[in-house]
Amino acid sequence: MSPKTAQIRLVSSHPEVYEPCDDSFALVDALLADRTNILDHCPRLCLEVGCGSGYVIASLALMLGQELPGVYYFATDINPHALRVTRETLDAHAVDAELMCMDIASGLEKRLAGMVDVMVVNPPYVPTPDYEVGREGIASAWAGGENGRSVIDRILPVADRLLSDKGWLYMVTLTTNDPSQICLLMRKKGYASRIVVQRSTEEESLHIIKFWRDSDIQLDTKEILTTNKSVPARVKDSLVSQFSQLSFWRGKLIRSQRRRVRTAAEDHSIQITAFMSCICLIKSQSSKKRIVIDISSGVGKDRVTENPEPIFLSGKSTWSPRH
Amino acid sequence: MRLFTHNMLSSNIKGVANGFPLRIEVDQVVEKQVDFNPDFLRNMFPKLEWKALVDAARTLGYTELPEEADSSMLESEEFLRKLHHALLEIHLEEGALVCPETGRKFPVNKGIPNMLLHEDEV
Repeated sequence: MSPKTAQIRLVSSHPEVYEPCDDSFALVDALLADRTNILDHCPRLCLEVGCGSGYVIASLALMLGQELPGVYYFATDINPHALRVTRETLDAHAVDAELMCMDIASGLEKRLAGMVDVMVVNPPYVPTPDYEVGREGIASAWAGGENGRSVIDRILPVADRLLSDKGWLYMVTLTTNDPSQICLLMRKKGYASRIVVQRSTEEESLHIIKFWRDSDIQLDTKEILTTNKSVPARVKDSLVSQFSQLSFWRGKLIRSQRRRVRTAAEDHSIQITAFMSCICLIKSQSSKKRIVIDISSGVGKDRVTENPEPIFLSGKSTWSPRH
Repeated sequence: MRLFTHNMLSSNIKGVANGFPLRIEVDQVVEKQVDFNPDFLRNMFPKLEWKALVDAARTLGYTELPEEADSSMLESEEFLRKLHHALLEIHLEEGALVCPETGRKFPVNKGIPNMLLHEDEV
Protein backbone atom coordinates (compact mmCIF):
# COMPACT_ATOMS: atom_id res chain seq x y z
CA MET A 1 0.00 0.00 0.00
CA SER A 2 1.40 3.35 -0.94
CA PRO A 3 1.78 5.87 1.87
CA LYS A 4 -1.14 8.15 2.45
CA THR A 5 -1.21 11.86 1.80
CA ALA A 6 -3.97 14.34 2.49
CA GLN A 7 -6.99 14.08 0.21
CA ILE A 8 -7.90 17.19 -1.69
CA ARG A 9 -11.61 16.67 -1.04
CA LEU A 10 -10.90 16.75 2.69
CA VAL A 11 -8.76 19.87 2.56
CA SER A 12 -10.73 22.78 3.95
CA SER A 13 -10.77 26.19 2.29
CA HIS A 14 -11.38 29.88 2.83
CA PRO A 15 -11.31 32.76 0.33
CA GLU A 16 -8.27 34.23 2.12
CA VAL A 17 -6.28 30.99 2.26
CA TYR A 18 -4.06 29.59 -0.46
CA GLU A 19 -5.41 26.32 -1.82
CA PRO A 20 -3.10 23.38 -2.55
CA CYS A 21 -1.54 23.91 -5.94
CA ASP A 22 1.40 22.66 -8.02
CA ASP A 23 3.93 23.91 -5.49
CA SER A 24 2.15 22.18 -2.58
CA PHE A 25 1.94 18.95 -4.59
CA ALA A 26 5.61 19.16 -5.51
CA LEU A 27 6.55 19.63 -1.86
CA VAL A 28 4.47 16.65 -0.76
CA ASP A 29 5.92 14.60 -3.61
CA ALA A 30 9.39 15.52 -2.39
CA LEU A 31 8.52 14.39 1.14
CA LEU A 32 7.08 11.16 -0.27
CA ALA A 33 10.18 10.60 -2.37
CA ASP A 34 12.31 11.05 0.74
CA ARG A 35 9.89 9.30 3.10
CA THR A 36 12.00 6.21 3.70
CA ASN A 37 14.91 8.42 4.66
CA ILE A 38 12.72 10.48 6.96
CA LEU A 39 11.49 7.30 8.64
CA ASP A 40 15.08 6.14 9.18
CA HIS A 41 15.85 9.59 10.47
CA CYS A 42 13.31 9.18 13.32
CA PRO A 43 12.32 12.82 13.67
CA ARG A 44 10.73 13.84 16.97
CA LEU A 45 9.77 17.40 16.15
CA CYS A 46 8.55 18.55 12.75
CA LEU A 47 7.68 22.11 11.85
CA GLU A 48 5.92 23.60 8.87
CA VAL A 49 6.29 27.33 8.38
CA GLY A 50 3.40 28.80 6.40
CA CYS A 51 0.95 25.90 6.56
CA GLY A 52 -1.82 27.59 4.53
CA SER A 53 -4.59 25.06 3.90
CA GLY A 54 -2.84 22.40 5.98
CA TYR A 55 -2.40 20.08 3.00
CA VAL A 56 1.34 19.65 3.53
CA ILE A 57 1.45 19.21 7.31
CA ALA A 58 -1.52 16.81 7.16
CA SER A 59 0.25 14.84 4.44
CA LEU A 60 3.48 14.71 6.42
CA ALA A 61 1.64 13.52 9.53
CA LEU A 62 -0.20 10.89 7.48
CA MET A 63 2.83 9.56 5.65
CA LEU A 64 4.89 9.24 8.85
CA GLY A 65 2.08 8.47 11.25
CA GLN A 66 1.82 4.71 10.91
CA GLU A 67 5.50 3.98 11.38
CA LEU A 68 6.38 6.91 13.60
CA PRO A 69 3.74 7.51 16.23
CA GLY A 70 4.48 10.21 18.77
CA VAL A 71 6.08 12.73 16.43
CA TYR A 72 5.22 16.26 17.54
CA TYR A 73 4.10 18.50 14.70
CA PHE A 74 4.13 22.29 14.81
CA ALA A 75 2.68 24.47 12.08
CA THR A 76 2.73 28.25 11.85
CA ASP A 77 1.20 30.80 9.53
CA ILE A 78 1.02 34.57 9.58
CA ASN A 79 -2.58 34.41 8.35
CA PRO A 80 -5.08 33.56 11.14
CA HIS A 81 -7.58 32.20 8.60
CA ALA A 82 -4.97 29.71 7.41
CA LEU A 83 -4.65 28.19 10.87
CA ARG A 84 -8.38 27.68 11.21
CA VAL A 85 -8.44 26.02 7.78
CA THR A 86 -5.43 23.90 8.71
CA ARG A 87 -7.20 22.79 11.89
CA GLU A 88 -10.20 21.64 9.81
CA THR A 89 -7.95 19.86 7.33
CA LEU A 90 -6.11 18.06 10.13
CA ASP A 91 -9.36 17.07 11.85
CA ALA A 92 -10.78 15.74 8.58
CA HIS A 93 -7.75 13.45 8.29
CA ALA A 94 -7.73 12.50 11.98
CA VAL A 95 -4.20 13.80 12.50
CA ASP A 96 -2.96 16.50 14.82
CA ALA A 97 -0.49 19.36 14.93
CA GLU A 98 0.08 22.31 17.20
CA LEU A 99 -0.93 25.46 15.35
CA MET A 100 0.36 28.93 16.05
CA CYS A 101 -0.25 32.25 14.38
CA MET A 102 3.09 33.99 14.03
CA ASP A 103 5.52 35.54 11.60
CA ILE A 104 7.72 32.61 10.45
CA ALA A 105 8.53 31.11 13.88
CA SER A 106 9.04 34.25 15.94
CA GLY A 107 7.61 32.92 19.22
CA LEU A 108 9.53 29.64 18.98
CA GLU A 109 12.99 30.82 18.08
CA LYS A 110 14.34 31.03 21.60
CA ARG A 111 13.10 27.82 23.16
CA LEU A 112 12.86 25.57 20.13
CA ALA A 113 16.37 26.38 18.89
CA GLY A 114 18.25 23.28 17.78
CA MET A 115 15.29 20.96 18.26
CA VAL A 116 13.51 20.69 14.91
CA ASP A 117 14.36 17.52 12.98
CA VAL A 118 12.27 18.15 9.88
CA MET A 119 11.24 21.59 8.70
CA VAL A 120 9.12 22.14 5.61
CA VAL A 121 8.48 25.47 3.96
CA ASN A 122 6.53 26.52 0.93
CA PRO A 123 7.41 30.19 1.20
CA PRO A 124 5.85 33.16 -0.56
CA TYR A 125 8.25 33.03 -3.49
CA VAL A 126 6.53 35.03 -6.21
CA PRO A 127 8.43 38.18 -7.25
CA THR A 128 6.29 41.17 -6.33
CA PRO A 129 6.83 44.80 -5.44
CA ASP A 130 8.28 44.95 -1.94
CA TYR A 131 5.29 46.85 -0.56
CA GLU A 132 3.11 43.78 -1.16
CA VAL A 133 5.16 41.68 1.25
CA GLY A 134 3.61 41.13 4.67
CA ARG A 135 0.11 42.15 3.62
CA GLU A 136 -2.74 40.48 5.39
CA GLY A 137 -4.70 37.60 3.95
CA ILE A 138 -3.93 35.43 1.00
CA ALA A 139 -1.26 37.77 -0.43
CA SER A 140 1.00 36.62 2.41
CA ALA A 141 1.01 33.20 0.75
CA TRP A 142 2.74 34.42 -2.37
CA ALA A 143 4.11 37.97 -2.13
CA GLY A 144 7.87 37.48 -2.07
CA GLY A 145 9.22 40.93 -2.88
CA GLU A 146 12.24 41.41 -5.10
CA ASN A 147 13.08 38.16 -6.90
CA GLY A 148 10.65 36.50 -4.50
CA ARG A 149 13.40 36.45 -1.91
CA SER A 150 12.23 38.85 0.83
CA VAL A 151 10.62 36.21 3.01
CA ILE A 152 12.87 33.32 1.97
CA ASP A 153 15.92 35.30 3.10
CA ARG A 154 14.31 35.81 6.49
CA ILE A 155 13.39 32.14 6.79
CA LEU A 156 16.89 30.77 6.17
CA PRO A 157 18.51 32.08 9.38
CA VAL A 158 15.45 30.96 11.36
CA ALA A 159 15.79 27.47 9.90
CA ASP A 160 19.47 27.47 10.82
CA ARG A 161 18.57 28.39 14.38
CA LEU A 162 15.74 25.91 14.81
CA LEU A 163 17.14 22.83 13.09
CA SER A 164 18.70 20.15 15.26
CA ASP A 165 22.14 18.83 14.44
CA LYS A 166 20.51 16.17 12.32
CA GLY A 167 17.77 18.50 11.08
CA TRP A 168 16.56 18.62 7.51
CA LEU A 169 14.90 21.51 5.73
CA TYR A 170 12.72 21.04 2.66
CA MET A 171 11.93 24.24 0.82
CA VAL A 172 10.07 25.16 -2.36
CA THR A 173 11.85 27.61 -4.62
CA LEU A 174 11.25 29.09 -8.00
CA THR A 175 13.97 29.46 -10.62
CA THR A 176 13.53 33.23 -10.33
CA ASN A 177 14.48 32.99 -6.63
CA ASP A 178 17.96 31.94 -7.75
CA PRO A 179 18.00 28.62 -5.87
CA SER A 180 21.69 28.17 -6.54
CA GLN A 181 22.43 31.34 -4.65
CA ILE A 182 20.16 30.12 -1.82
CA CYS A 183 22.17 26.90 -1.68
CA LEU A 184 25.34 28.95 -1.56
CA LEU A 185 24.01 31.07 1.30
CA MET A 186 23.13 27.90 3.19
CA ARG A 187 26.51 26.40 2.36
CA LYS A 188 28.09 29.33 4.15
CA LYS A 189 26.02 28.41 7.18
CA GLY A 190 27.36 24.86 6.91
CA TYR A 191 24.58 23.17 4.96
CA ALA A 192 24.77 20.82 2.04
CA SER A 193 21.81 20.65 -0.29
CA ARG A 194 20.21 18.71 -3.05
CA ILE A 195 17.20 18.99 -5.27
CA VAL A 196 14.60 16.39 -4.36
CA VAL A 197 11.98 17.30 -6.93
CA GLN A 198 12.21 19.54 -9.94
CA ARG A 199 9.05 20.36 -11.79
CA SER A 200 8.15 22.73 -14.57
CA THR A 201 4.59 23.87 -14.96
CA GLU A 202 3.27 26.27 -17.55
CA GLU A 203 3.84 29.21 -15.26
CA GLU A 204 6.84 28.32 -13.23
CA SER A 205 9.79 26.05 -12.69
CA LEU A 206 9.89 24.70 -9.16
CA HIS A 207 12.67 23.11 -7.18
CA ILE A 208 12.14 21.39 -3.87
CA ILE A 209 15.50 21.62 -2.15
CA LYS A 210 16.60 19.66 0.85
CA PHE A 211 19.22 21.12 3.19
CA TRP A 212 21.15 19.34 5.90
CA ARG A 213 24.08 20.20 8.07
CA ASP A 214 27.43 19.48 6.58
CA SER A 215 28.82 18.33 9.93
CA ASP A 216 27.06 15.02 9.28
CA ILE A 217 29.22 14.64 6.26
CA GLN A 218 32.29 15.52 8.23
CA LEU A 219 31.40 12.92 10.84
CA ASP A 220 31.09 10.38 8.08
CA THR A 221 34.43 11.52 6.84
CA LYS A 222 36.07 10.76 10.13
CA GLU A 223 34.50 7.37 10.15
CA ILE A 224 35.79 6.36 6.77
CA LEU A 225 39.21 7.66 7.57
CA THR A 226 39.40 5.77 10.82
CA THR A 227 37.67 2.58 9.82
CA ASN A 228 38.80 2.45 6.23
CA LYS A 229 35.61 0.79 5.13
CA SER A 230 34.70 0.80 1.49
CA VAL A 231 31.37 1.61 -0.04
CA PRO A 232 29.30 -1.54 -0.39
CA ALA A 233 28.69 -2.50 -3.99
CA ARG A 234 24.93 -2.28 -3.61
CA VAL A 235 25.19 1.30 -2.49
CA LYS A 236 27.30 2.14 -5.45
CA ASP A 237 24.88 0.41 -7.78
CA SER A 238 21.98 2.28 -6.35
CA LEU A 239 23.87 5.51 -6.81
CA VAL A 240 24.54 4.76 -10.42
CA SER A 241 20.98 3.71 -11.10
CA GLN A 242 19.60 6.78 -9.38
CA PHE A 243 21.82 8.99 -11.35
CA SER A 244 20.11 8.11 -14.60
CA GLN A 245 16.80 9.25 -13.13
CA LEU A 246 18.05 12.61 -12.10
CA SER A 247 17.56 14.38 -15.36
CA PHE A 248 18.06 17.77 -13.82
CA TRP A 249 21.64 17.00 -13.10
CA ARG A 250 22.33 16.43 -16.74
CA GLY A 251 21.93 20.14 -17.15
CA LYS A 252 24.51 22.57 -18.23
CA LEU A 253 25.38 23.55 -14.72
CA ILE A 254 26.23 20.12 -13.43
CA ARG A 255 28.13 19.22 -16.57
CA SER A 256 30.44 22.13 -16.11
CA GLN A 257 30.80 21.21 -12.49
CA ARG A 258 31.66 17.63 -13.26
CA ARG A 259 34.31 18.79 -15.62
CA ARG A 260 35.89 20.75 -12.83
CA VAL A 261 35.66 17.83 -10.45
CA ARG A 262 37.18 15.48 -13.01
CA THR A 263 40.06 17.84 -13.55
CA ALA A 264 40.63 18.16 -9.85
CA ALA A 265 40.32 14.42 -9.36
CA GLU A 266 43.00 13.80 -11.96
CA ASP A 267 45.27 16.13 -10.08
CA HIS A 268 44.79 13.92 -7.03
CA SER A 269 45.22 10.67 -8.98
CA ILE A 270 41.75 9.56 -8.17
CA GLN A 271 39.31 7.99 -10.52
CA ILE A 272 35.67 8.95 -10.63
CA THR A 273 33.35 5.98 -10.80
CA ALA A 274 29.97 7.67 -10.57
CA PHE A 275 28.25 10.96 -10.12
CA MET A 276 25.03 11.30 -8.28
CA SER A 277 23.16 14.50 -7.67
CA CYS A 278 25.17 16.47 -5.19
CA ILE A 279 27.95 14.01 -4.64
CA CYS A 280 30.26 12.08 -6.85
CA LEU A 281 31.58 8.69 -6.07
CA ILE A 282 35.22 8.30 -6.83
CA LYS A 283 37.86 5.73 -6.31
CA SER A 284 41.22 6.57 -5.00
CA GLN A 285 43.92 4.77 -6.85
CA SER A 286 46.59 5.57 -4.36
CA SER A 287 44.81 4.47 -1.23
CA LYS A 288 42.59 1.80 -2.81
CA LYS A 289 39.70 3.36 -1.00
CA ARG A 290 36.43 4.31 -2.52
CA ILE A 291 35.55 7.78 -1.47
CA VAL A 292 32.90 10.34 -2.13
CA ILE A 293 33.38 14.00 -2.78
CA ASP A 294 30.62 16.36 -1.90
CA ILE A 295 30.07 18.80 -4.70
CA SER A 296 26.74 20.01 -3.47
CA SER A 297 27.94 23.54 -3.12
CA GLY A 298 26.76 22.84 -6.45
CA VAL A 299 26.02 25.75 -7.89
CA GLY A 300 29.05 27.72 -7.14
CA LYS A 301 32.45 26.49 -6.24
CA ASP A 302 33.09 22.88 -5.58
CA ARG A 303 35.16 21.67 -2.77
CA VAL A 304 37.72 19.79 -4.75
CA THR A 305 38.91 22.88 -6.44
CA GLU A 306 38.44 24.94 -3.35
CA ASN A 307 40.62 22.80 -1.13
CA PRO A 308 43.76 21.04 -2.21
CA GLU A 309 42.66 18.14 0.02
CA PRO A 310 39.31 16.83 -1.15
CA ILE A 311 36.78 16.11 1.55
CA PHE A 312 36.16 12.42 1.70
CA LEU A 313 33.19 10.80 3.23
CA SER A 314 31.02 7.77 3.33
CA GLY A 315 31.86 4.18 3.87
CA LYS A 316 28.77 3.16 5.71
CA SER A 317 25.63 2.14 3.98
CA THR A 318 23.62 4.84 5.66
CA TRP A 319 25.35 7.80 4.14
CA SER A 320 23.84 8.00 0.84
CA PRO A 321 21.35 7.88 -1.37
CA ARG A 322 19.60 9.64 1.48
CA HIS A 323 21.33 12.89 0.82
CA MET B 1 -2.42 24.43 22.70
CA ARG B 2 -0.58 21.76 24.65
CA LEU B 3 1.73 22.57 27.52
CA PHE B 4 4.71 21.24 25.60
CA THR B 5 4.03 24.01 23.10
CA HIS B 6 3.66 26.50 25.95
CA ASN B 7 7.06 25.39 27.23
CA MET B 8 8.56 26.20 23.81
CA LEU B 9 6.87 29.58 23.31
CA SER B 10 8.16 32.95 24.38
CA SER B 11 7.21 36.55 23.88
CA ASN B 12 9.21 38.04 21.05
CA ILE B 13 8.33 41.69 21.55
CA LYS B 14 11.13 44.12 20.78
CA GLY B 15 13.05 45.00 23.90
CA VAL B 16 11.83 42.02 25.92
CA ALA B 17 14.87 40.29 27.38
CA ASN B 18 13.54 36.85 28.19
CA GLY B 19 9.81 36.69 27.54
CA PHE B 20 9.50 33.27 29.14
CA PRO B 21 7.42 31.68 30.52
CA LEU B 22 4.24 33.22 29.22
CA ARG B 23 1.66 33.50 31.97
CA ILE B 24 -1.57 31.69 31.18
CA GLU B 25 -5.09 33.03 31.49
CA VAL B 26 -7.63 30.25 31.26
CA ASP B 27 -11.13 30.42 29.83
CA GLN B 28 -11.43 26.82 28.72
CA VAL B 29 -9.31 23.70 29.06
CA VAL B 30 -9.93 20.50 27.14
CA GLU B 31 -8.33 17.09 27.52
CA LYS B 32 -7.62 14.81 24.58
CA GLN B 33 -6.10 11.38 25.03
CA VAL B 34 -3.04 10.54 23.01
CA ASP B 35 -0.95 7.37 22.88
CA PHE B 36 1.68 7.10 25.60
CA ASN B 37 5.15 7.43 24.12
CA PRO B 38 7.86 7.19 26.82
CA ASP B 39 10.69 7.71 24.29
CA PHE B 40 9.36 11.10 23.34
CA LEU B 41 9.12 12.10 27.00
CA ARG B 42 12.63 10.91 27.81
CA ASN B 43 14.00 12.81 24.85
CA MET B 44 12.18 16.01 25.59
CA PHE B 45 12.68 16.03 29.34
CA PRO B 46 16.14 17.67 29.22
CA LYS B 47 14.72 20.47 27.05
CA LEU B 48 11.90 21.35 29.42
CA GLU B 49 11.82 24.29 31.77
CA TRP B 50 10.41 22.29 34.63
CA LYS B 51 9.12 25.08 36.82
CA ALA B 52 7.32 26.68 33.89
CA LEU B 53 5.64 23.35 33.17
CA VAL B 54 4.59 22.75 36.77
CA ASP B 55 3.15 26.25 37.04
CA ALA B 56 1.37 26.01 33.69
CA ALA B 57 -0.13 22.62 34.56
CA ARG B 58 -1.32 23.97 37.88
CA THR B 59 -2.93 26.96 36.16
CA LEU B 60 -4.81 24.50 33.97
CA GLY B 61 -5.91 22.53 37.02
CA TYR B 62 -3.43 19.66 37.00
CA THR B 63 -1.46 19.46 40.24
CA GLU B 64 0.15 16.01 40.08
CA LEU B 65 3.59 17.07 38.84
CA PRO B 66 6.33 17.20 41.48
CA GLU B 67 7.91 20.58 42.25
CA GLU B 68 11.32 19.30 41.27
CA ALA B 69 12.30 16.66 38.78
CA ASP B 70 15.52 15.08 37.61
CA SER B 71 16.32 12.55 34.95
CA SER B 72 16.39 9.62 37.39
CA MET B 73 12.62 9.99 37.67
CA LEU B 74 12.30 8.98 34.01
CA GLU B 75 12.70 5.39 35.23
CA SER B 76 9.33 5.61 36.91
CA GLU B 77 6.32 4.81 34.76
CA GLU B 78 4.09 6.66 37.16
CA PHE B 79 6.13 9.83 36.68
CA LEU B 80 6.18 9.38 32.91
CA ARG B 81 2.39 8.97 32.82
CA LYS B 82 1.96 12.22 34.71
CA LEU B 83 4.43 14.00 32.46
CA HIS B 84 2.67 12.59 29.40
CA HIS B 85 -0.67 13.89 30.61
CA ALA B 86 0.66 17.33 31.51
CA LEU B 87 2.67 17.84 28.33
CA LEU B 88 0.44 16.30 25.70
CA GLU B 89 -3.12 15.75 26.86
CA ILE B 90 -4.17 19.02 28.49
CA HIS B 91 -4.98 21.78 26.03
CA LEU B 92 -5.58 25.45 26.59
CA GLU B 93 -8.52 25.81 24.22
CA GLU B 94 -9.59 29.38 25.03
CA GLY B 95 -7.70 31.98 26.99
CA ALA B 96 -4.58 34.06 26.63
CA LEU B 97 -0.82 34.00 27.04
CA VAL B 98 0.64 36.99 28.81
CA CYS B 99 4.14 38.36 28.26
CA PRO B 100 5.87 38.21 31.67
CA GLU B 101 7.68 41.49 31.08
CA THR B 102 5.22 43.76 29.31
CA GLY B 103 1.87 42.25 30.25
CA ARG B 104 0.90 42.15 26.57
CA LYS B 105 -1.76 39.51 25.98
CA PHE B 106 -1.65 37.01 23.15
CA PRO B 107 -5.11 35.52 22.68
CA VAL B 108 -5.66 31.76 22.35
CA ASN B 109 -8.77 30.83 20.37
CA LYS B 110 -9.75 27.31 19.43
CA GLY B 111 -6.42 26.17 20.81
CA ILE B 112 -4.43 28.45 18.48
CA PRO B 113 -2.26 31.11 20.11
CA ASN B 114 -1.98 34.32 18.13
CA MET B 115 1.59 35.51 18.63
CA LEU B 116 1.50 38.14 15.88
CA LEU B 117 3.13 41.38 16.93
CA HIS B 118 1.98 44.90 16.17
CA GLU B 119 4.26 47.01 13.99
CA ASP B 120 5.65 48.93 16.97
CA GLU B 121 6.52 45.69 18.76
CA VAL B 122 8.75 44.26 16.05
